[in-house]
Amino acid sequence: MNLWMWLLLSCLFAYAWKLVGYLVPATLLKNPRTSRIAGTMTIGLLASLTIVNAVAEGQSLLLDARIGALAAAAVALLFRAPFLVVVIAGAGAAALLRLAGWS
Amino acid sequence: MPITWPARLLGSPAVRVGLSISVATGLYGVSFGALSVTSGLDFWQTMALSLLLFSGGSQFAFIGVVAGGGSGLAAMGAATLLGMRNGIYGMQLNVLLRPTGWRKYAAAQLTIDESTATSTGQTDPAEQHRGFWTAGIGIFVLWNVFTAVGALAGGALGDPKQWGLDGAAVAAFLALLWPRLKGREPVAIAIVCALATVLAVPFVPAGVPILAAAAVAALIGWFSHGPKDEGLEPDIDPYTVGHHGHSHGPGHGPGHGHKQTHNQEPGTATGDAR
Repeated sequence: MNLWMWLLLSCLFAYAWKLVGYLVPATLLKNPRTSRIAGTMTIGLLASLTIVNAVAEGQSLLLDARIGALAAAAVALLFRAPFLVVVIAGAGAAALLRLAGWS
Repeated sequence: MPITWPARLLGSPAVRVGLSISVATGLYGVSFGALSVTSGLDFWQTMALSLLLFSGGSQFAFIGVVAGGGSGLAAMGAATLLGMRNGIYGMQLNVLLRPTGWRKYAAAQLTIDESTATSTGQTDPAEQHRGFWTAGIGIFVLWNVFTAVGALAGGALGDPKQWGLDGAAVAAFLALLWPRLKGREPVAIAIVCALATVLAVPFVPAGVPILAAAAVAALIGWFSHGPKDEGLEPDIDPYTVGHHGHSHGPGHGPGHGHKQTHNQEPGTATGDAR
């Protein structure tokens, strides 16, 4: 029951974050600096999410099959592959590397 | 809203992008469902996260802390910190889509990385709407269906890593980032933020490195003075950066990697997450 409470609070806060964005006056984003920050943060967050998913394991850094997934995805993107093909390339590379015995 | 667009649906680049990202992300819900029940959550707790919290990073953070023996409070903290970026996405989307009435509250729940990227990757306002709602609704439905599948399959599936599902997540985020790397400056921002993330990982709880990177990116945005038409602004097509002499960055400049998105006419730029 205790876990349920934290879980539902997490859901509430998650929705609150999302909704706050819609309740902030749109004029705030007319400020060039605000919009510039929103742009740089988007790039920063996506880069961070990419690398966290690739090399972080809890609080440690780990080079495992996910690096292969990152490389395969980058190659697929260089070859202009569609999104789904990129994702499949990433999954396939990780799965194959693990089959080959690399973590 | 999807029901108001008739025949042209599949002719819309945003809808195609939205559908393919829905399938890709939705399938990944299998791994969340399976990992969640193996972390000690029950079926309905797992479903509550996918239905109500509905933000992949936060959901994985929550079950990750629980699996690592962390408290419910710590799990909530990690999930909530990771959800902060959705507030930024909401601000961007509110400007692009200007939803009113109940749509504002529905759009808020559907505001996640993938729906935001699909929408902001489009130049045409109608396409931005289609991209957001297609990706948002599509991912919501498939993510929950496959969460249930994963939770039920649970142990039977074995280790989701065996299927490379964690690699699929890496690839998906890179594919979302890639089209934004038009030019030297966005590439530099991405590298700096990735480095900041890697440096922060050993020292702070899971989830916080992502926020540290966001803070670094915000500082860059605050102090640097890019051209006014930088193209990083959410209400301007990201691909237009290439129009202002920045497209020939480092050799791996993805501006050369996307046949369609590298077009010099903004109107012809198509999908973001392709």
